[in-house]
Amino acid sequence: MKLTDEERAMLAGEAGPARQWAIRHQIAVGDFFDAPDFVPVGQAHIMADTESLGEAGVAWLEELAALPRDQRLVRIPTITDPRGLDFNSYKRLKQTDAMAALEGRAIRAFEALGVMMTNTCINYQTILPPVRGEHLAFGDTGVVIYSNAVMGARSNFEGGPSALSAGLTGRTPRYGYHLDVHRAGTKHFALSHQPRDLSDWGALGGIVGKATNSYWEVPVITGIAAAPNSDELKHFGAAAASFGSVALFHIPGVTPEAPTLVDAFQGRAVPAATPIGAADFEAFYATYAARGDKVDVVVFAAPQLSLIEMQQVAGLLDGRRVHEGTSLVVTTSPEIKFAADRMGLTRRIEDAGGVVAAGVCFYQSYAREMAEANGWQRLLTNSAKLVNIIAGYGYKPTLASMERCIDSAVAGEVL
Amino acid sequence: MPITLKCHKGIGPAVTGTALVAQDNFSARYDLDRLKGVFSRPAHKLYGQSYLDRILVVVTAKGGVASAWMLREMTARGMAPKAIVFDRANTILAQGAAFADLTMVDRFEGGDPTTLIRTGDEVRIEPDKGLVTILNRD
Repeated sequence: MKLTDEERAMLAGEAGPARQWAIRHQIAVGDFFDAPDFVPVGQAHIMADTESLGEAGVAWLEELAALPRDQRLVRIPTITDPRGLDFNSYKRLKQTDAMAALEGRAIRAFEALGVMMTNTCINYQTILPPVRGEHLAFGDTGVVIYSNAVMGARSNFEGGPSALSAGLTGRTPRYGYHLDVHRAGTKHFALSHQPRDLSDWGALGGIVGKATNSYWEVPVITGIAAAPNSDELKHFGAAAASFGSVALFHIPGVTPEAPTLVDAFQGRAVPAATPIGAADFEAFYATYAARGDKVDVVVFAAPQLSLIEMQQVAGLLDGRRVHEGTSLVVTTSPEIKFAADRMGLTRRIEDAGGVVAAGVCFYQSYAREMAEANGWQRLLTNSAKLVNIIAGYGYKPTLASMERCIDSAVAGEVL
Repeated sequence: MPITLKCHKGIGPAVTGTALVAQDNFSARYDLDRLKGVFSRPAHKLYGQSYLDRILVVVTAKGGVASAWMLREMTARGMAPKAIVFDRANTILAQGAAFADLTMVDRFEGGDPTTLIRTGDEVRIEPDKGLVTILNRD
């Protein structure tokens, strides 16, 4: 990689061992992907929950945090993805004090590095929305795909160590989605059935993601009748990223780099479209169907809920009571939780028997241990992303609309 | 005469080991029971199998940014595969390999390595040279 004088100085250790480690790590990654040089980035977003960090990761962060202040502070606004637990709700979810202690250590280490504990995977809705053409180093695949596709910003999937490196150096290797050449559409899907709600948008993301199935492919979706809203694209993108490792999509007439179908493919030949119809949606839901089964836990998460979704959940629960054999968990960002508290939404959800957890996103918060401690197996959710990932933690997941999830939570069985 | 496969220059030290091959993808967070060292997602083609000390050969990496931390944590506990060979890595697994100093290569001249390497093959990986050698076949 071609380095500037400043980058060479960091590599030589002149800005301390943290920045030296960071730029070394970035050069190893940049070389692997044939990056010609570095690009300055405006923000970094770090996925670093304690479940994935483990004791080894937390101890490593504490070593960085013990460095002198001028050597350890990040150089650009650096924010965090959801944490391993919420100190206000972890006991109700039967997470342990040992988990909370590890979480506390990780938070203290990040704060010593100057990282802001935003604890959110919807920072594009709640913190500082990305701008078209802005280079970023974002973690969380749902954040990256939304920022790239819906905002037209430029980020690769940056894992925790790489996003932290970008925070420390203020830059990232220029490869992948920082380059125009990788942002052209490569696959074409034509819709003949319109998604009706958030779980349908997630299902569509799952269908497109499975059929795309590569970080390096860019799906283009046509046939969408009206512009979706932010929550719909949030669920679509999170599922496409989860099912297919997809980091960018275009919807001609909706997303900024695709005013037209031709633009979506950067003027190259438009490939024949793969049709997606009602039968594809039905087959997707059928994969997870479990009508009549007892529901152990209903989860609204992955991604964290917007204020609008919080209001929808509260409205559907008003005057009802979650079945005594079923738990209902809602996760949102700390900012939205404050707003939901202020507007009485949290109280309405919790009065009906739900738990509202802030700064977490369920699957990143010791899901296996929660399942064992609470005796949870059958999980019902309106998040296609969650049904894709949670089976690996020992759950049996079912996908349904928000309305049907709540009806089932009240009934105690999958309706 | 062993079979030599050319690939892109990779990450981590040269290693030799036994291959575990699947025409499936890989995510450390979603596919594995990292405490037991086995594939735990029922839909995965290697479900129930141990990846410990194996050279894992899979098609690509799937969603899940957490894998970047997890490879180092798994390596620290001696619960990681010996190396990972992809047809095409994604950014997260490459970053995770760099963080963990775990051997990883991808982009083979001869096509998808899951069709070139078989489970049980003895394989030598030299990331700095961009070479993978199948030692037990010719």
